[in-house]
Amino acid sequence: MSGVRVLVGTRKGAFILAADGKRKEWSVNGPHFGGWEIYHFKGSPIDPKRLYVSQTSGWFGQIIQRSDDAGKTWHQPGTPPGEPTTTPEGFPKGESNKFVYDTSPETGKPLTTHQWYDGTQHPWEFKRVWHLEPSLKDPDTVYAGVEDAALFRTTDGGKTWQELPGLRGHGSGSKWSPGAGGMGLHTILLDPGNLQRIFTAISAAGAFRTDDGGETWKPINRGLKSQYLPDPKAEVGFCVHRIALHPSRPKVLFMQLHWDVMRSDDAGDSWREVSGNLPTDFGFPIEVHAHEPETIYVVPIKSDSEHYPPEGKLRIYRSRTGGNEWEALTKGLPQSDCYVNVLRDAMAVDSLDPCGVYFGTTGGQVYASADSGDSWKPIVRDLPAVLSVEVQTLS
Amino acid sequence: MKIRVVLPYHLRTLAGVNGEVTLEVAPPVTQRSILEALEGCYPMLRGTIRDHVTQLRRPMLRFFACEEDWSLEPPDAPLPDAVASGAEPFLIVGAIAGG
Repeated sequence: MSGVRVLVGTRKGAFILAADGKRKEWSVNGPHFGGWEIYHFKGSPIDPKRLYVSQTSGWFGQIIQRSDDAGKTWHQPGTPPGEPTTTPEGFPKGESNKFVYDTSPETGKPLTTHQWYDGTQHPWEFKRVWHLEPSLKDPDTVYAGVEDAALFRTTDGGKTWQELPGLRGHGSGSKWSPGAGGMGLHTILLDPGNLQRIFTAISAAGAFRTDDGGETWKPINRGLKSQYLPDPKAEVGFCVHRIALHPSRPKVLFMQLHWDVMRSDDAGDSWREVSGNLPTDFGFPIEVHAHEPETIYVVPIKSDSEHYPPEGKLRIYRSRTGGNEWEALTKGLPQSDCYVNVLRDAMAVDSLDPCGVYFGTTGGQVYASADSGDSWKPIVRDLPAVLSVEVQTLS
Repeated sequence: MKIRVVLPYHLRTLAGVNGEVTLEVAPPVTQRSILEALEGCYPMLRGTIRDHVTQLRRPMLRFFACEEDWSLEPPDAPLPDAVASGAEPFLIVGAIAGG
């Protein structure tokens, strides 16, 4: 029997919401890691019981948690439950929270500064993992997007992490600068048809692509515009909020830029605006329908300093034409006095038919639609502020 | 020497311990020797109290011994005899603005 598991990261813990394929009756399990910020929580696409969590705290730093049984039990990789925490020689086992930038002359580049808000150079400092992207082929391989922006990878199930230094060191790093929420690498898209191709996005540096498995990278920001970048030919410096693709058509990318919704039909080599009739084209998440590659979803937000829906009406906007023509989806969503935000990693789709769409708000609600967005119901209303939402479709 | 260490709530949860932690620490008993013994017994705490690379105390944690703040003292300075003998615990405290 089919089912759905919604993995929710919040400001104060992780939650697992589960339902059968009808998506009417939901169970709520959590909080896991209560009191910690859960920036991201995602499962392996080929082993759905394998879950990874980015657990973080301003006091205690970064933790990576892993479950091999769909969230029943957890451990920090390297110290499985029941095993000694040290080697027979007395040395501590794995350091799953050790994210150290590669500055070695052999494999990395000694890049030590990026641009600060005031234009001065600032040292690169690891703060947290924003996004975990499990491999499409191997449950032990996971990519991690971190703040300050860099891409890391584990190939041993999270026990150890190594930077892919070609991204941070490709040449434009000294021009990257933090967005309002920090300088995080928040989007990692793996091309299902070409495992050598990966897309990433960084606030506020822009989008990047590798075609050789992460060795070398190039900026893919041609066509983007920013009021904060007077240089019309700027290669980097764009506050990309999110990118999405449909697995059947991975050269077509949809982007929620700081302002503007954008589309590329050539794997990011060029972009054009498809904001069309949106009431505002500022926002954070963007998603693609599981079965209709031209159907996309955004959440318009009033402005970059007013992070709430325009007119106090929470509306998801859907385009069935790949952009430009948008319709408001409001059935079941609050249409007055609503001033929540929906963060960049807080929207996801399932692959049932009809497609399910899910999003979480900073007010702690997680909404679900089992009919491609036509109508919505809250699964829960009173969680801590939602930072991320991911969905697992179970067969 | 049996040293007593009090961890903040979230680190007790991570380490899977209740109450104080008791550690065997060879003299001289210092902040560094306590933290190395602690991380040796509980490797999941590596990186949560001091930075992986610099080994510096994380900025929002403080260390106390015998009711005094030792956070800014050199990591190799000997701690009071009462801590070294186990009479008093070594406290690792989350810094809360406003106290």
